[in-house]
Amino acid sequence: MVPPEPTDIRIPSDPAKLCVVREAVRRTTREAGFEDPDAEQVVLAVDEALANVIKHGYGGRHDQPIDIRIEYAAEPGRIGLRFVIRDFGRTVDPRTICGRDLDDVRPGGLGVHIMRTVMDEVRYAAAEGGGTRLDMLKWNTAGGKKT
Amino acid sequence: MSKALREVRQDGQATIAVPTGEVDLHHSPGLYQELVEVCKARPARLVIDLREVTYMDSSGVSTLVEVFRTVNRYGGKLVLLAPTARVRGMFEIARLDKFFVICDTQEEAMG
Repeated sequence: MVPPEPTDIRIPSDPAKLCVVREAVRRTTREAGFEDPDAEQVVLAVDEALANVIKHGYGGRHDQPIDIRIEYAAEPGRIGLRFVIRDFGRTVDPRTICGRDLDDVRPGGLGVHIMRTVMDEVRYAAAEGGGTRLDMLKWNTAGGKKT
Repeated sequence: MSKALREVRQDGQATIAVPTGEVDLHHSPGLYQELVEVCKARPARLVIDLREVTYMDSSGVSTLVEVFRTVNRYGGKLVLLAPTARVRGMFEIARLDKFFVICDTQEEAMG
């Protein structure tokens, strides 16, 4: 099977636009054969990543660009989806990004934990020219729920 | 601006708040403000009926944690009613499914 071409989406850093990406991710995960709960968890992880860009990368500004690429990944015997999220805001030091202790029940700080729980790979890097690039990969494995 | 709560009604000692739709970074601030208003009357039992919430991200969960703390501070009780599988999955990932009181039926939620 020839994998479909990557999908590229650019949205402004406006929370009102998150639903647009969710729908695109939802559709692509279904096309790639993901089923619930994995499919919906992938939607959630991407949504959390974008929310973090808006809150931390752009400090809540609503008019800055965020680029999202969705592409198929393939290895012998399995396929998956890779999500590359690129912002042009404050470059985040990847070493400082960590989820919080969940025993400390308080609002906020759950996004990174969700991304790392759901995805098989989560990698932050300083992007060339400024900003941050986030790579996330999820393999489609039968019964592959990681929670 | 659309309302986050479709309905707030009284049932005996309980106040039932019914949010609807997707609770994400866009909609959570509005939901929080509306629930804070509901809490001003200090309901002894606040039931948040989640049956019509089709999606919730961590900002929505944070809103519920904040409301839980508010209700707890004045000695009330917060109960979540019948979250959908998607929303329940979110609670499980955040490991908050044991933190909240979650009831499957309205009868149970009314105590």
